[in-house]
Amino acid sequence: MVYMKKALVLSLMGGLALGIAAKAGNITGEITFQGTPPPNVEIIPLENDPVCGALHKDKPFTHFYEVGPNGGLGDVVVALQVTGKSTGASAPPAVLDQRGCIYLPGIMAIQTGQKLVVKNSDPCIHNVHTTSKNGNPEHNDAQMAGGPDLTYTFDKPEDFMKFQCDVHPWMFAWVTIEDSPYYCVTDTNGDFTIKDVPPGTYTITASHRKLGTQTLQVTVTDSDVKVNFPAFAIK
Amino acid sequence: MIPKPFTTPNLWLFRFAALTALFTFLLLGAGGLVTSHEAGMSVPDWPNSYGYNMFLFPPSKWIGGIFYEHTHRLWATLVGFMTTVLMVWLWRSDERAWVKKLGVAAFLGVVIQGVLGGLRVTLRMDDLGIFHGIVAQSFFVLTCALALFTSPFWFRLSQHPEKQGKLVAGGLRRHVAYVAGLIFLQLILGATMRHQHAGLSISDFPLAHGQLWPDTSPAAIARYNADRVDPDQLNPITAFQVILQMIHRIMALLIVLGVAAAAMLSLKRLGKGDYLTRLAFVWLGLILVQAGLGIMTVLSNKAADVATAHVLVGALVLAVGAVWFMVASVRREEAVECESGTLINPSPSVIGAE
Repeated sequence: MVYMKKALVLSLMGGLALGIAAKAGNITGEITFQGTPPPNVEIIPLENDPVCGALHKDKPFTHFYEVGPNGGLGDVVVALQVTGKSTGASAPPAVLDQRGCIYLPGIMAIQTGQKLVVKNSDPCIHNVHTTSKNGNPEHNDAQMAGGPDLTYTFDKPEDFMKFQCDVHPWMFAWVTIEDSPYYCVTDTNGDFTIKDVPPGTYTITASHRKLGTQTLQVTVTDSDVKVNFPAFAIK
Repeated sequence: MIPKPFTTPNLWLFRFAALTALFTFLLLGAGGLVTSHEAGMSVPDWPNSYGYNMFLFPPSKWIGGIFYEHTHRLWATLVGFMTTVLMVWLWRSDERAWVKKLGVAAFLGVVIQGVLGGLRVTLRMDDLGIFHGIVAQSFFVLTCALALFTSPFWFRLSQHPEKQGKLVAGGLRRHVAYVAGLIFLQLILGATMRHQHAGLSISDFPLAHGQLWPDTSPAAIARYNADRVDPDQLNPITAFQVILQMIHRIMALLIVLGVAAAAMLSLKRLGKGDYLTRLAFVWLGLILVQAGLGIMTVLSNKAADVATAHVLVGALVLAVGAVWFMVASVRREEAVECESGTLINPSPSVIGAE
């Protein structure tokens, strides 16, 4: 009897949750850049490195400004300013790879409590050195060629936490840590979609590592909402 | 073993002390390369290296930044060993208690310096790197002083300072001391700038961000950072760092003028043939080279070899000023009493004899 009651309650809760999920909406938009960005530069030290240079067929370049042909701006972290809603503990691990002596991806976002797996796909040593500005633990770990993956979790939200390899001083990744699952990183066209956002009014931010952060208010209903951020520019 | 009195200076001890100073100078260069290449954290552990005993770390793994950091550690170990030998040698064969104490101070200095370097890695504290740089400069001056104090030249100087040329007035000595102090402050500024790991906070010269005095408003700082696209992706610059570099530039100008004045005053008061005058002009030459290297550091976008040369010549400039002052302190006017127009030997406290 007790089991039946529990099953009934769970079914009701599940139905309720589904109902809420059904009402969730998506937030979409496009981030743009106005003007001419500074050109990305060739990474000469990488080319000159006997091991790392051999891993690249094409000339490697920096990716500070990923601006598409229509002015879309990539590598912008768009996120709702929501705290305490992290599902990071149950989320699949995010992966940061060291390949060709470059961190891939260079810009990414994860949740608090989510596992971040750092791989070394290169035939050489790297050190994974994290630097926090918001009280997350700092790490500096050796990772030999073919060595096991390194796994990290971070408990505090932070914008663009730095990952670097001091063996290869051009290697950087910037990881934003959000306290909810409502975020994404713009693609190379500057497009973004934040999925399954419960109805409500939120503060939404668009953060570019070099260009700063823009903030807007957005109200989500049970349908998709389009957000129009002003274009980023170097003023 | 009966200690040799200072009346017969130990040539081999002097040579060893001079070699220790030379190796310390080279160690400064190795350390400068580590910071210039942003390689200070490239070996995450200490005193081991990637889990290996430091001396057994395979050279095949000395790649990229590891090469700079690991060779710096090995070279530092050698200097530490040499300093230990020097301390023991001084303790056993030099009869001057103050020189023995300086030897112990050098030993303690090198130990502290090694631990600072290690803690900077294991604690991941950039600020410790600033102290590591400052102690390095101070330690280099100390090794130069030990080489000077054990030299036959110092023996002759302390025996008969009045025979070394004209005595040096207090005003000139104080001037050199102030300028040397200013140089030391400048080195602290330089170490602070280097250990911000932010690259050049001002990347043009003689203007600064296109102006005589750069705009340090938040909007301007954001613009400077947005325009920086170096592959090494250093920390964003701040208004504090921009102002720091401006102070560094102004101090550089003051130091150049101060050293030029020291050279001119030496020429006027001591004469052209005096070795202190010649040393003062060497000092002036070095400070001009140093100023040139500072400009080149900016114009080369902080090229590692240029920036390291700037560190090295900075250390030399400090050491030359300190040596000049030490020698002049023995030849100071106040140290020699004049009785009936006859000069007599300075007091033991002046010449440093026991």
